[in-house]
Amino acid sequence: MAAVGERAVSYDARGLAEPNAVAPETAVVDGQTAELDAADLSIRQINLELRRLVYGLGVTDVVVRNPGSKHSLGVGILTRCRIRFEGSLGYFACGLLDGPEVHITGRVGWAACENMMSGVVVIEGNAGSQTGAALRGGDLVVKGRAGARSGIDQKGGTIITMGSVGAMTGFMMQRGRQVICGDAGPGLGDSMYDGTIYVAGKVKALGIDCVPGEWTDADTEFIERKFRIYDLGSPPSFDKFVCGKKLYNYDSLEPAERKLVL
Amino acid sequence: MCGIAGIIYRDGEHDVGRDLTRMLQSMKHRGPDSTGFALYGPVGPQIVVRYTLADANDPRGMHFDERMVGNRREVSSRLRSAGAVIEELEQETAYADRAVLTYDGDLKTLTDLLEDIQGCEVLSLGHSLEIVKDLGDAEAVCSQYGLETFRGTHAIGHARMATESEVDISGAHPYWAYPFPDVAVVHNGQLTNYFQWRRRLERSGHRFQSECDSEIIAVYVAERMTEGYTLEEAMRQSLEELDGVFTYMCVTADALGVAKDEMAAKPLVLYESDQLVAVASEGTAIETLTDGDTYDPYEGEVMVWQR
Repeated sequence: MAAVGERAVSYDARGLAEPNAVAPETAVVDGQTAELDAADLSIRQINLELRRLVYGLGVTDVVVRNPGSKHSLGVGILTRCRIRFEGSLGYFACGLLDGPEVHITGRVGWAACENMMSGVVVIEGNAGSQTGAALRGGDLVVKGRAGARSGIDQKGGTIITMGSVGAMTGFMMQRGRQVICGDAGPGLGDSMYDGTIYVAGKVKALGIDCVPGEWTDADTEFIERKFRIYDLGSPPSFDKFVCGKKLYNYDSLEPAERKLVL
Repeated sequence: MCGIAGIIYRDGEHDVGRDLTRMLQSMKHRGPDSTGFALYGPVGPQIVVRYTLADANDPRGMHFDERMVGNRREVSSRLRSAGAVIEELEQETAYADRAVLTYDGDLKTLTDLLEDIQGCEVLSLGHSLEIVKDLGDAEAVCSQYGLETFRGTHAIGHARMATESEVDISGAHPYWAYPFPDVAVVHNGQLTNYFQWRRRLERSGHRFQSECDSEIIAVYVAERMTEGYTLEEAMRQSLEELDGVFTYMCVTADALGVAKDEMAAKPLVLYESDQLVAVASEGTAIETLTDGDTYDPYEGEVMVWQR
């Protein structure tokens, strides 16, 4: 399957490793734009080719055809560019991004945009569980529905889901915002430290220490702005949920320091 | 890890062997150690039984061939003595056979009689169900057993990454729900009250081929169904009574069901149309059949489709 580089594979008993992979250089480049057919390429080859295009050749617009729901595509791209995936992606799609604008025409598997620092990712289809896990910044828009634990450990940025989300959404989130236009599963915002969750539909059950928040003009402005930017129509009315801070029973001193103070 | 896949056609027979091979092969990265298929062909009056006479990685010295010849002779004579008429008997590999029987006696007695032979294990038994499992990826098992041409209405399969027991046929999925005909299960996850359930079910007379937790689910569901519950009711009860993280699929002669634990801890992707329903651990498996829209069912969901 995987064409490897000049050096031979040292040990690959199960036929799964891709040591020594090199960029296949099969993309069709036209000035600042490029097209890549990913049908017969392995995951590492696709990612190496994307790097060659955006870092090596300075291409700013890439179209990737036939991604075939492969995992870990388009990860760790740290420059401004536009990437369009025509099809569906697997797990850990577009994780660790810093800068790109990504458009995915199909669905994604688990943990899409995990740890994204900045940029925009728009997913036309549905998303699996852990969507936007540990998101640090940027905007993630899911036009379909998302699975369980959306925005788990979210540390910034915005996740907008046009459909429903599953159980434990916003679990332990620390900062950032989630906008959910459908229903939310049980355990919404469980053990969240901070941040805001907006839900338009029904909430099956709130998680521990997640409470309704007070609506302000800033909330209205924020939601209207995001809906305008991503052309999502007129926003429905939302309920706002925040951290109740009942679990804030720790202090900032180390045990040794506390002894000194006392 | 491990990858599971299932497919059920609502408009008659299709090449389910070929379809399932494609689905499982695309998830090879989830489990390359062994692959298993539970396939449902046309329901006939006869009984199809698939069994192994040794495990795939048993040492080949020590008069292996003579042992197989002896075991085969013993199987035939025991089947006849139990009152079964052998209509067909095929050697699929050096150690795995498929027999078609005319038999109207007790199926548990028949199974016990065969499994009493040293090294013999009944993989499946029923009017429609055929379980095929062996070491290697889906394409290897498919070509070894000629599954490309298997026609039927529904099937489930499993690509195994062995974590807690050996890489061998008895540790491979799917599991047949001994001694209930035509029920099989594949499972991705861990059950934490395995021993509790194993002791309970052993007390009511069941035997377990392996030390794999997934086997419990098959017997559990089949036992509930003999108590009069439907497949869906039995699976709903299992969500309450089985602890742990799991996504599993259970098939009977005419239905395919999936269940997800209340944490939604294990993956499942679903495609549904008027013609077919396909479920798998990853979207990539479903893309081998169709470009249609898929989604992930939520926590605590049980879904059952009839063929």
